[in-house]
Amino acid sequence: MTARSCHDLCRRIARRIEALPDRPVRLMEVCGTHTVAIHRAGLRGLLPPRLRLVSGPGCPVCVTPQTYVDALIELAGRPGVRVATYGDMIRVPGRSTTLERAMARGARVSVVYSIMEALSLARQAPAEQVVFAGVGFETTAPATAVGLKLAADERLANFTVLSAHKLIIPAMTALLESGDLAIDGFLCPGHVSVIIGADAYKPLAARFARPCVVAGFEAEEILRAIDLLVAQLADGRAEVENAYARVVTADGNRRAWALIEETFEPADTPWRGLGTIPGSGLAIRAELAHLDAARRFGLEITAREDDHGCRCGEVIRGAIEPPECPLFARTCTPANPVGPCMVSREGNCQACYKYSRAL
Amino acid sequence: MCLAVPGKLIERDGHSGTVDVRGNRVQARLDVVPDVRLGDYVLVHAGFAISVLSDDEAAEALDLLDDPDEAMPHDGPLMP
Ligand code: SF4
Repeated sequence: MTARSCHDLCRRIARRIEALPDRPVRLMEVCGTHTVAIHRAGLRGLLPPRLRLVSGPGCPVCVTPQTYVDALIELAGRPGVRVATYGDMIRVPGRSTTLERAMARGARVSVVYSIMEALSLARQAPAEQVVFAGVGFETTAPATAVGLKLAADERLANFTVLSAHKLIIPAMTALLESGDLAIDGFLCPGHVSVIIGADAYKPLAARFARPCVVAGFEAEEILRAIDLLVAQLADGRAEVENAYARVVTADGNRRAWALIEETFEPADTPWRGLGTIPGSGLAIRAELAHLDAARRFGLEITAREDDHGCRCGEVIRGAIEPPECPLFARTCTPANPVGPCMVSREGNCQACYKYSRAL
Repeated sequence: MCLAVPGKLIERDGHSGTVDVRGNRVQARLDVVPDVRLGDYVLVHAGFAISVLSDDEAAEALDLLDDPDEAMPHDGPLMP
């Protein structure tokens, strides 16, 4: 990025904003990596005050419901069961503890980089039941899909997946439908869009008359996307534009989608802070029910939450900024996090704590 | 968590390959990029190549990685 082009973009955005009716313009990003990039580059401070960048439910770890974490902790404590999870999950609080603390007390948890490692664990220890924690948005779901297919082909009898996979567009839809939050446009996620394609946002843009622009991760790319969004607002357009065309195509990765559809079906699923959203989750298909940990172990994931004063729900919805939470930077810090938005490296509270506290 | 990193496919063995991510060799499945060829740049996420990049895209993406803060935007080990 060049400082010069960022400066020019900011000025152009400011001019466009001035020409708009005098009210706040709220643009929401729904990608944790964007949240971090925006805070790290200090973009909020470079833009006119009337333009508000609001963080939405873009951190898959943050939106994973408490009861899901509780289910993993309970499983990891059962004799003969091992939970394999991405490292992002181990410090996320359930109702009363985390996987990390449960590990310290002897629960069997393995941190893996890929579902392939979880499959290896299962092959190496046939007497142990290995449960893979399937979390993440569309970027991550294809990996789980391949893992499920391999387990089915190999007839692995001791491998299951507890799916908390989520789809971003139903969450964006639910936020707009709830109507309690004014959002003028969306900065759409880069790597989710590699899979779903830029065209996937078209129905949402049309139905709610909200511009959607797919953005890359450099400060300049984000500013360019914001400029396109503001230009659309000025023209009264609500279209999908792709400002990350060097990586994202209109159609996405069809092969990855086909694998997701072979192994999963859309399901109503609970999100932390948003409740249960219709069709927003990926449940393992009936043909692969024997690989579904929820069925094998009789688990139910609900929207029930005990928040201990943590206001992550509101942070995830973009209803409050992290510093508005009374615990922020007092009892809740990255070293001693109370809620998932402070645990996760892509959580809004942690990004805010690390980069924007002085603002 | 949706972070994907670019690297060059340097070995291929059926559905898996070895990707050079700035000098680190990582194993990656190639299931969703079936047409990838040796020497292509790919985006890797959670042990899977999720897309094939053009050389220009790769150059820009790797440029990004030159900034250590960008390459490892998080504390601790590289997670998906
Ligand atoms: S600052 Fe901590 S307690 Fe408050 S909302 Fe964020 S994670 Fe929850």
